[in-house]
Amino acid sequence: MEPSERETQWALWMRAAAGGDELAYRSLLASLAQFLRRAVRQRFTRIGCGNVDVEDVVQETLLAIHLKRHTWRSTDPVTPWVVAISRNKTIDVLRRRGRRAELPLDEVPEPESADATDEAAGHDLALMLGTLDERQRRIVQLVSIEGHSSRSAAESLGISEGALRVALHRSLKALAARWREGGA
Amino acid sequence: MKTDQLVQLLARDTTLRQSPGRSLLAALLPAGFVTATGFALLVGVRPDLPAALRSPWFDLKVLLNAALWLAATGLLLRLARPGASLRGWWPALCAVPIVLVLAIGVELLRVPPDQWWTLAQGSNSTWCLRVIPALAGAPLLAALLALRNSAPAHPARTGAMAGLMSAGLAATLYALHCPDDSPLFVGLWYVLAAAIVTAAGALLGARWLRW
Repeated sequence: MEPSERETQWALWMRAAAGGDELAYRSLLASLAQFLRRAVRQRFTRIGCGNVDVEDVVQETLLAIHLKRHTWRSTDPVTPWVVAISRNKTIDVLRRRGRRAELPLDEVPEPESADATDEAAGHDLALMLGTLDERQRRIVQLVSIEGHSSRSAAESLGISEGALRVALHRSLKALAARWREGGA
Repeated sequence: MKTDQLVQLLARDTTLRQSPGRSLLAALLPAGFVTATGFALLVGVRPDLPAALRSPWFDLKVLLNAALWLAATGLLLRLARPGASLRGWWPALCAVPIVLVLAIGVELLRVPPDQWWTLAQGSNSTWCLRVIPALAGAPLLAALLALRNSAPAHPARTGAMAGLMSAGLAATLYALHCPDDSPLFVGLWYVLAAAIVTAAGALLGARWLRW
């Protein structure tokens, strides 16, 4: 997609999402994920740090974009906003990795196999899920991995849909906080 | 977790929070009220206010502080949003110290050197250094708490701007009380007081505004 086309499409999706259009929001996030993957990979190649897991950075950035989407104004372009958030998150990750690099050698995790990043799966999220409480973890699993709608997830937990929404939002904020505090 | 699973998860969360501008306004209105009440009850305007209004140095002192407050608020609203353009507000903020330096120059030419220090020292400089930071406390804390809901790309810088905004508000009020109008006094004590509040904002911002 041309940058100007992409910008127009993103802005349309952002406005629709603000109006509660879940489908538009999903398309936006998927398109953002692709964009971020390319951007993060390029950035890491340029500074010569290839073995950082790109997909984890993409996922952390998507979560930040989601939790901070009210900071975008409908009259502003989306791209600079996305790029600024992405830049901030990349810096956070590099800072954390820098700290980790000082750890003794036997604590450094095993290098990932080459195909792991191509699977578009991250590792941090699964590890951090383990630090959530039982109910929050169950909600996240129901909605993300098992693909339940809010209503069916609420039913299977025996809570109201409203309570589920609140709990889901809190879980996402908790995940973002864990990430910020230094990852899993 | 796969990224498309995360996308699905995020799309289900429809909670949309208040824009940074609104939460900042909602926090600053009560905080501004606290500051204004504190000023009215504990400090008060100077008794010769009607006469002082006709003095150019008094008017300039109040206007410069009000301009600082306005420009810092404008910049703060932009710093709260990632990628937002700061154009337009930086020149407005920079105009404040430029005008102050020009005024200091005029004052230095106007009065003989043996009076410089008397004018700069004024009559209650330590009171100025205490009252401005004290009055700035409520708006600074309110602004920082509200900004936690935003996404500043530079937490320390944004905290400093919240400090400058609060100092501008506090100093605008304090200027109505303060009997010292010489730019030499303003350039020394008001600047020092604003620097204290700005530094406090930067320190707190670096801790509280990360996201």
